Amino acid sequence: MIDLNLHAALPEIWIAVAAMVLLLIGAYAGDRAMRLIGLLSIAVMVIAIVAMLGIDVSLVPQLAFGGHFIVDQFGVFAKVLALIAAIASVWMSFSYAEREGMARFELPLLMLLATLGMMLMVSANDLISLYVGLELQSLALYVTAAIRRDTVKSTEAGLKYFVLGALSSGMLLYGASMIYGFVGTVSFAGLATALSGATPPSLGLIVGLVFLCAGLAFKISAVPFHMWTPDVYEGAPTPITAFFSAAPKVAAIALFTRVLVDAFGGLTPQWQQIIFAISVGSMILGAFAAMGQRNIKRLMAYSSIGNIGYALVGLAAGTPQGVSGLLFYMATYVPMTLGSFAVILAMRQKGQMVEEIADLSGLAKSQPWLAHIFAAILFSMAGIPPLVGFFGKWMVFAAAVDQGLFVLAVIGVVTSVVSAYYYVRVIKVMYFDEAVGSFDRVDGSLKIVLAGSLAVVVAGILFINPIQSRAIAAAASLFPG
Amino acid sequence: MTNIPHLLTIITFLPLVGAAFIAGIRGEEQHVARNARWVALWTSGAVFLLSLLLWFGFDRSNPGFQFEERADWIPALNIAYRMGVDGISMPFVLLSTLLTPICVLASWEAIETRVKEYMIAFLVLETFMVGTFCALDFVAFYVFFEGVLIPMFIIIGVWGGPRRVYSAFKFFLFTLLGSVLMLVAILTMYDQAGTTDIPTLMTTKFDPSLQIWLWLAFFASFAVKVPMWPVHTWLPDAHVEAPTAGSVILAGVLLKMGGYGFLRFSIPMLPDASTTLAPLVFGLSIVAVIYTSLVALAQTDMKKLIAYSSVAHMGFVTAGTFALNRQGVEGAMIQMLSHGIVSGALFLCVGVVYDRLHSREIARYGGLVNNMPRYAFAFMIFTMASVGLPGTSGFIGEFLVMVGVFKSSTWVAFFITTGIILGAAYMLWLYRRVVFGKLEKDDVKAMLDLSPREVAIFVPLILIVLWMGIYPASFTAVTGPTIDQLISNYQVAVGPAQPGGLIAPAEAAPAEPATTEPATPEPAPAAPAEGQSQ
Repeated sequence: MIDLNLHAALPEIWIAVAAMVLLLIGAYAGDRAMRLIGLLSIAVMVIAIVAMLGIDVSLVPQLAFGGHFIVDQFGVFAKVLALIAAIASVWMSFSYAEREGMARFELPLLMLLATLGMMLMVSANDLISLYVGLELQSLALYVTAAIRRDTVKSTEAGLKYFVLGALSSGMLLYGASMIYGFVGTVSFAGLATALSGATPPSLGLIVGLVFLCAGLAFKISAVPFHMWTPDVYEGAPTPITAFFSAAPKVAAIALFTRVLVDAFGGLTPQWQQIIFAISVGSMILGAFAAMGQRNIKRLMAYSSIGNIGYALVGLAAGTPQGVSGLLFYMATYVPMTLGSFAVILAMRQKGQMVEEIADLSGLAKSQPWLAHIFAAILFSMAGIPPLVGFFGKWMVFAAAVDQGLFVLAVIGVVTSVVSAYYYVRVIKVMYFDEAVGSFDRVDGSLKIVLAGSLAVVVAGILFINPIQSRAIAAAASLFPG
Repeated sequence: MTNIPHLLTIITFLPLVGAAFIAGIRGEEQHVARNARWVALWTSGAVFLLSLLLWFGFDRSNPGFQFEERADWIPALNIAYRMGVDGISMPFVLLSTLLTPICVLASWEAIETRVKEYMIAFLVLETFMVGTFCALDFVAFYVFFEGVLIPMFIIIGVWGGPRRVYSAFKFFLFTLLGSVLMLVAILTMYDQAGTTDIPTLMTTKFDPSLQIWLWLAFFASFAVKVPMWPVHTWLPDAHVEAPTAGSVILAGVLLKMGGYGFLRFSIPMLPDASTTLAPLVFGLSIVAVIYTSLVALAQTDMKKLIAYSSVAHMGFVTAGTFALNRQGVEGAMIQMLSHGIVSGALFLCVGVVYDRLHSREIARYGGLVNNMPRYAFAFMIFTMASVGLPGTSGFIGEFLVMVGVFKSSTWVAFFITTGIILGAAYMLWLYRRVVFGKLEKDDVKAMLDLSPREVAIFVPLILIVLWMGIYPASFTAVTGPTIDQLISNYQVAVGPAQPGGLIAPAEAAPAEPATTEPATPEPAPAAPAEGQSQ
């Protein structure tokens, strides 16, 4: 039983060891080494991706640490996605950090450690390792949000995130303890076996499940646990916000999916209602609350809430098709959101960062390529074909319709029209309004992210099959039998 | 003769190649603009010539899909890239490819800012339009159908009139809202049939009670696109604010996508629901024809008047389509093609005077026949075609629709006919106010007659209008077999012999009026009778 099988956890171990080495380098070299440590972190993560793809999980999942840790196709898919997001975020943070005076060597390191936490989350196979991974990720993220400790906004964001995050962790732990108390096990496999019986689940277990869901819903900022998102997004330094909006979302929603499908597969009708409700709430709030926003980062915060709502539509279906749709949705969401933040990072006038939507006025004339790329990303987020965002929506709604969840699908498509309004409003500002002033030259590092994002958004239509095949295989690995 | 492989793919995506070429043009703004115009003209002209191969290579005896192509796209989900045209879609492909070079020509001098982007938008738009009519896979169709929104939104919003932002948003959100409901219907059909292949879905039988919902979802999309009363309100705004070429494409092709959707999807895939809900379409069509004609009478803005006349004319199309007999559908087809040419040409006529005086107010003009005789002649031809004068394309379409609707319901025919009278009233009155009367205003006196470029725009359109009006057989030969098959399949699907129902009696159905198929359960036998007694 006590089988370490360290081979399966090799990418995580590699990142952990590498992070400590980098920490030593930082301790000696100081803040001057930020760029070096950042580049090394990126290299570490690239190697981790390569190592992960080398683990053979095509047939059976690999268990490590006596079953606390699982590597399957689902995990690999989500982890690769999270790592790509983390790499892009670290890459985008250098020049911003140097310019804005937050060039601390801890920054890339914390992002690396948060990424390690995410990988543990995705691979968690019981409630204990779930919590360990989640906290490693969260603690690192709290600090990054407040990394500009000399500004009120950043510290406020960090504090808000910390207090509310701690509350949600408490709820999660409380739920986990209830579940343990009523079932007597914390391992996902044990829970699945215990809940597969015909006996109706006890009320205490349901309460525990609800608390667990509440804690996890906070991490993916689903309604009604979304309140922290706009403030933290606005307050945190922009590259950190970019990081928040992509990698942790992937990890948390993957964790959420694994817990519900693997451990609580026997209670599917019960948690389906919860997911249904938070999905509808997120889609509606994401669509309507974003309309009045003037700050582009707050807009992106509400947009991410809405996007999580769409991804949850796939989970609400509770089928392999739904989970594959969710994975595909996240695979399209990550490049879109990273691209958007690359544009936001490029919003600099005379050396000052600007964040108002109105500052984008006339961008199509002053910097046409930046405007074209952002317009493509925004149309894609609005779900307009032939851009790739449409296909993400297609996948999740197809799964919902397959399960007869017509209400969810109709609410989803209608809110997507509402959210199209505010996406298109940004395009209107860029294309139809007169220019007020032009932005500074775009950093070379951002250009790479922008080009990658544009390529995915526009050419993604040609590569749906390979991604979707992998998502289908990943989803299949999650469902028993 | 025309064995070019992948002809439809080439026609569909060649404009994108041109757009990419234009995107690569660098240099001084004047040169870029000039080159962009020429590249756009050459590309769209080449696409039109290629599409003529469809016209000549089309097998007129074959009612099925021709020039078919198929390639794997998303095999994991059983979704393929499949293209093909039949007698219903092929004329629309030609309409799109014909109007695009005309639009490029019409924008030659009217568009002075951001010419490069403008031409790219039009070429991208052409790809989506042609693709919409060629796609034989639902996902591909939806991608093209929705993709149209992006370039059109930009065209209205960037190069439009003073209220362009409002109009662009209204256009975008109205059509998007309709389309996403259709998306849910497509997903449901995909779930039921396991495929998005359109020819397969045409033969799939859906549960009649489910059909109603699917039909309504499709209707939400196509009714906005057509547009039908009461969801037509985006159209006058979009038309008024869009640049001339944008209006031409809107009226000429985009509205036809709705009518095409009814013919391609609603009737063959959802025959029972089409029977049940035909009275709804009749009712809305009657309101559209009468109400929007009256609204058109009250307009002082030329473009708005023509926009409302479009709604009225498209009311004929929807009524003819849901007469569900050969004449009605044939009439709807011809009416759509005719309207595509005529309303496009009328917007071009407005564009001609707008380019000179920068006003669309009817009252600003008058007496143009004195100093612009060639213009007055072209305008007259299109006014007559719009009114439905025999010898022009409008007559054939309206007449066939009337015959078809009359067979189905005399009362509907009665109300629809009033639209012809009202149509004559507002069009002739418009013509009188703009072209006749005294030439008094100094700036109007100074207006020059059509330039050679403008003549080149109008001559082909005039010839087509007259050709369709005098010898429509060359068009019905293309559309006829497909429509026959559509109607006979429909009759098989809804069951034989519906005395007094919406189905035309024996002499209307060419081949087999009743079939040997066992009768399928009648979804709502009372509904057709309601339509009858309306």
